[in-house]
Parts: sequence; C-alpha cells; structure tokens
Amino acid sequence: MQIHVSDSDGTPFYQQVVTQIKFLVASGRLEEGEQLPPVRKLAEQLLINPNTVARAYRELEAEGVVASRRGAGVFVSNAGSPLSRKEKTRILGERIDALLAESQQLGFDLESVVKLLRQHNSKFESKGGAR
Amino acid sequence: MSDLVVDVQNLSRSFREKVALDNFSIQIPRGCVYGLVGENGAGKTTLLKHLLGLYAAQTGSVSVFGLNPATEPVSVLSRIGYLSEDREMPMWMKVGEIIRYRGAFFETWDAGYAEELRKTFDLNPEQKVKSLSRGQLARVGLILALAHRPDLLLLDEPSSGLDPVVRRDILAAIIRTVADEGRTVVFSSHLLDEVQRVSDHVAMIHGGKQVLTASVEDILQSHVRMTVRFESPRESAPPLKSALSCHGEGVEWTVLCNGQREAVRQEISQLNGEVVEEASPTLDEIFVAKIGGTGSRSGSA
Repeated sequence: MQIHVSDSDGTPFYQQVVTQIKFLVASGRLEEGEQLPPVRKLAEQLLINPNTVARAYRELEAEGVVASRRGAGVFVSNAGSPLSRKEKTRILGERIDALLAESQQLGFDLESVVKLLRQHNSKFESKGGAR
Repeated sequence: MSDLVVDVQNLSRSFREKVALDNFSIQIPRGCVYGLVGENGAGKTTLLKHLLGLYAAQTGSVSVFGLNPATEPVSVLSRIGYLSEDREMPMWMKVGEIIRYRGAFFETWDAGYAEELRKTFDLNPEQKVKSLSRGQLARVGLILALAHRPDLLLLDEPSSGLDPVVRRDILAAIIRTVADEGRTVVFSSHLLDEVQRVSDHVAMIHGGKQVLTASVEDILQSHVRMTVRFESPRESAPPLKSALSCHGEGVEWTVLCNGQREAVRQEISQLNGEVVEEASPTLDEIFVAKIGGTGSRSGSA
C-alpha cells in the first residue's frame, strides 16, 4: 500500500490518510481481507505523528471500511459496505469537476468531452481493463 | 498530575533589560510530540534551557518528571535526551570514541541501539568529529541524544540548515521515539510544515509571550482562510475587526480568521464584499497571520 500526504493544503493529515485508504479500497487496489501496515510503520513511512495514523484507522473502523482484529492488526472489511457506493460517487465527482473545469478552459464542450470519454473507454475495454 | 512530563507555570525570565520569557505556562503530557515555534530570539531556547535545569526559574516554576531540574539535575538529566542548536562536541574525538564516551555517563545507555543508529546513518566510527559535514554532525548528535532511550527528548532547531535527507532522519527519529510507548518529544523549529507533520501540540512564541497554545488539530480546525471579492477595487485592506489578517489588492483579498466565521462574514457583506472561497489554512499561514500582526493587514499580495 502506497499513500502520500501533503502539507500544501490545510486538510488534516488523518483526513488525507482516511480519504486515500478509502480510495484504494473503492478502486480495488486494497482488497477485502488485506492487512493495513501497522500504525508505527505507516507513521515512519509518511513522516507523520503515530497518533494521527491511529486516529485515521479508528475513523476507518467506525465507518466500516476496516476492522481491527485484536493482536493481529487492521484488515480491510468487505468492500460492499453501505458507504462504499456513496464514497465511490464522491471520489469520481471530484475528478469529474476537475475534468470539466479543464475542458471549459481548453474550449471543449460537453459533447466533445463525452465523445473523448467514449474513445478512451474503448481503449480500456480492448485491454480488458474496464469492468 | 503524574502524567505531565513537563509542567511550567507562569515562568518569566529576563536577561538584563531584555525579557526572554514573559509569564509562560505549558503542560506537556506523556507520549506527546510538542512543537515550539517562533522566530529566532523568541524564547524557545530559553525555555528548553529551563527544562534542562541550565537556568533556574526567576519567577514561576518549572517541573520535569515532577522534579525541579535546577535543583535535581542528575535525576532529571539522566532521563532527557538533548540535541542543542549549536551541537557542541569535542572536535578532536573520533565518532566511535564520542559515542562510547557519552555512553559512560548513562546507566540506561543501549550500546546496541547506538551501533544500529550509527550504521543506519552510515557514519564511519574512525572519522574525526571535526571533519564531519553539518548533516553528519547532526546525525552524531542525534545518536548521543537517543541511545540512552530517554523518556523526554528535547531538540532545539534540529533541522535548521540541514538538507532534506538529514531532516527526514530527524523526523523519523522523533516518530520512532514517540512510537516507543510513553516517550515524549519537545522540539523547537521554525519550519512550520515539519511541526504540522509530527506534532500533537504546538506553542507559538513571539517575543517571549505565548501567542497560541493548542493541539494542532484544534488550531487547523478553528482557523479559516476566506477569499473575498468586493464590488469595486479597494485602495486599502478592508477594516475587519474579527479577522486575524487580511491581504491582497484590488477586488480580491485573502482573509484569515479564527473561529468567528459569522462575524467576519457579516463585516464583509457590510463592506459590499462576498466570500467566494473558503479553505483551511496551513499552520504556516496561521503563524504568519498571528505573528505578522499589523504588518500583514495592509500591503499587496
């Protein structure tokens, strides 16, 4: 699992960790039953306070994204949690906003953007990448 | 309270006419990373020297592990690891010698850990201290501060003037130290991004006074940065009483405020302005707004 935190915006670090782990779960890069790194290890890797990582894990647990098994560690829960659809939509929404802003700037209308999306998607499908 | 590692109450200190600390109080619980931030000469080092018992309190009180470090230095210092800003070390010694030499002073010295750190930091035990680079010197200093596994680690500007690789080592050492159950770290820095990364709590010091003391999370949550647009260009900064700072030019201005979001919004709308964006500021921006005081109220971006 590789995540990154940035101090260039004011989003609290625990929130950044929570969002990114949710993203990894939603995108399938973290699978159900997979173990998250221990708090101490992730803290050293990200160079952030261990309490911050612990807080992020607690938050994820409260939302049902992960479950901690006593003595064993923290594991990804079943990906079909009630939150995951909403979260997926939210993550996608942010990217769509960015895409639309960029498109407008570059003078693409909605139709052309949709057309481009289709073209790109067909590349995915031919590679077997799309679900 | 027994779980307070450091308890400083109403500490004031002057050197001749100059006030170095003015009625300073700070409580540091066990297992916490505490960042002291302020400009050079703000009083950070003076505070750390009180914790080490190098200065005795003139007014107020200083307690470390429940003891007065000025009167019981042996009991206190044996449990403290200290990295000073100037890293004074005997220049004629070799790296291996200075590590063994320091080890002799501490009952709890962990020679295996010292050796492990030396290897991690890629230091040659045969090299003379005087021929070390700045970064290597900082790493040696870090070994000397850590290898007796202190309950309290005090770092005075640990990363000032160092390259990013050494800074990483230092931050990792801070994190490893607190991840070890029950250890506490106090460090001073003017690199606010570092402080924001690793600290639980922050005390901002300016001219010997406490400007802001709170948990990093509370500070970040309570402050808001607003981008404000006015109907017509402004010659000078909008007079917002509830805001911490305000800068910009023409029709767009950036306003930083603490808590009083509604009051600031009201003032803005009375001036025919509109808040077009709201975001969380970084610790750095908050510090500048606090310390900058009147200076940051005017001027252009």
